[in-house]
Amino acid sequence: MNAITIDGLTVDLDRVRILHAVSCAVSPGGWLALIGPNGAGKTTLLRAVAGLLPYRGAIVLDGADLGALRGRGRARLIAYVPQIPVLPPDLTVQEYVLLGRTPHLGYLGSPGRTDQQRAAEASQRLDVARFAGRRLASLSGGERQRVVLARALAQDPRVLLLDEPTSQLDIGHQQQVLELVDDLRRSRGVTVVSTLHDLTQASQYAGHLVLLSDGRVQAAGPPPAVLTQDLIARVYAARVTVTADPAGHPVVTPQRPPPAPPATSAPPGAS
Amino acid sequence: MIRTRGGRLRPAWAYGVAVAFLAAATLVSALVGAADLNPLDTVAALVHLPSGLDQLDRAVLFQIRLPRIVVGMMVGGLLSVAGAGYQGVFRNPLVDSGMLGASSGAGLGATLAIVYLGSAGPAAVPVAAFAGSLAGVAIAYLSGAVGGSGTATLLLAGVAVGLFLTAVQTYILQRSAQDLQQVYSWLLGSLSGATWQQAAEILPYAAVSVTVVLLHGRHLDVLSVGDEEARALGLHPGRVRLVVVAACALAAASAVAVSGLIGFVGIVVPHVVRRLAGPSYRLVLPLSLLAGAGFLVLADTLARTVVSPAELPIGVVTALIGSPVFIWILRSTAAVRT
Repeated sequence: MNAITIDGLTVDLDRVRILHAVSCAVSPGGWLALIGPNGAGKTTLLRAVAGLLPYRGAIVLDGADLGALRGRGRARLIAYVPQIPVLPPDLTVQEYVLLGRTPHLGYLGSPGRTDQQRAAEASQRLDVARFAGRRLASLSGGERQRVVLARALAQDPRVLLLDEPTSQLDIGHQQQVLELVDDLRRSRGVTVVSTLHDLTQASQYAGHLVLLSDGRVQAAGPPPAVLTQDLIARVYAARVTVTADPAGHPVVTPQRPPPAPPATSAPPGAS
Repeated sequence: MIRTRGGRLRPAWAYGVAVAFLAAATLVSALVGAADLNPLDTVAALVHLPSGLDQLDRAVLFQIRLPRIVVGMMVGGLLSVAGAGYQGVFRNPLVDSGMLGASSGAGLGATLAIVYLGSAGPAAVPVAAFAGSLAGVAIAYLSGAVGGSGTATLLLAGVAVGLFLTAVQTYILQRSAQDLQQVYSWLLGSLSGATWQQAAEILPYAAVSVTVVLLHGRHLDVLSVGDEEARALGLHPGRVRLVVVAACALAAASAVAVSGLIGFVGIVVPHVVRRLAGPSYRLVLPLSLLAGAGFLVLADTLARTVVSPAELPIGVVTALIGSPVFIWILRSTAAVRT
């Protein structure tokens, strides 16, 4: 299961309306990518689903409204990975991944053998167990992202919220992380909701796109329906061409404007 | 293997080192002083074996040195745990147990008692300092904890409240110069009047506050990833912060009531512990309790022997050790950040 339905989601921050009655849905075990220009409200939507913001409207997981769930109850269902996670420099990978077990512990409880085991499994799964004893400060960008995902996985969530999971990575590590997430989704049935800036990556990995702009849904549906040249030109004010990769996913390529005509006269004073 | 890969002591070894340090500090402090006690006889007396100490030596050991050691342990442990707890709550290794108006509140309370209560003043100082310390933190907390604001606001409010209370205290003191010396000697801290009764009086507050702080080590570890992510992990940062700040304030106030103001212990001890055992508060808190107890007993031994038969204020000794270490902390954290 793990289907999410968002209905009429409205969020105000400092009395400014950030999201205007946004509605969208993800099928169980699916991957929904939120796309849209800077300031469209993508991160706000993720934070609302994570329960980090007050909102109006309904966020429903498998028929149950999450509005009634707070704190640990919500954190047992939903793991949230912000765009730039805070990594305490002196904590070891092992200690950090174990923090993912927090929602499963009682107020005065401490991690037991099951928790250690879950954290170890998550570390194995994301291939970070090899450097479990290293300090977070010593990790590379790709290693950090995998460690953060391992913490989220140790949470045993049914929904994974990822805010720009690839923004700090080179293209190879971007693909590696997205493949790992896709693998978790397929093998464990975790539903993924992520923001992604790279439209081609969004089309290759997410089955469903929601294009937000100014806090409103501009378009939603499978990638070919959303990633059209006209829509991108209108929403992003960007000049692109849209082609298709061999698997049929839309590929968005930026285009430069045609070159300006060459200057006809020399600037004054030039000889 | 004693050290783990991160260059830290394994937990069992860290506890071993801390306990050994505390035991050594206790022994040194029991043996050193104006009266020359035979080491073997002293140890025998301490563990209730037949001992060659005469009546006078026993009185020195059990009525003067031991209560002073026990109060010193309590004060050092309380200040260190409170410092470590505050550091976790504020995610800042440079926060001390006297932050948030605690020291200045205690100073004002003690000054009021000495200046205005006349002959009843000295006896009222511990209660006045205790109440002033708690009141200082409460005022700072209520001023700084406005809906959802971060830790920086709370710390800044603490600084402002601290300066305000210090200004009031300075004003009162300036108008009653005859009490200057008494107030200043209290401000610099001393364990010279330590008694078993003092230890018994602060024991309930010490036990409650230390227990509460120690039970929140895991929560402080979760807080280290920031409020937002801690909330996404199901923690309620505001609630944890309130509980831990209240417990730390109680711990620091209990210490201040019997010892006056002793600086730097709350910064230096947790930091050294962190270097040895890593940053997890599940270890830092209990180890700070042990190491802080040992550190203050040693500092007090120095305070009462270096210029014997006179005594140095213990606040001077801890600051003499603490200031250079503090600078070392500043320099090494700056080096890590660049």
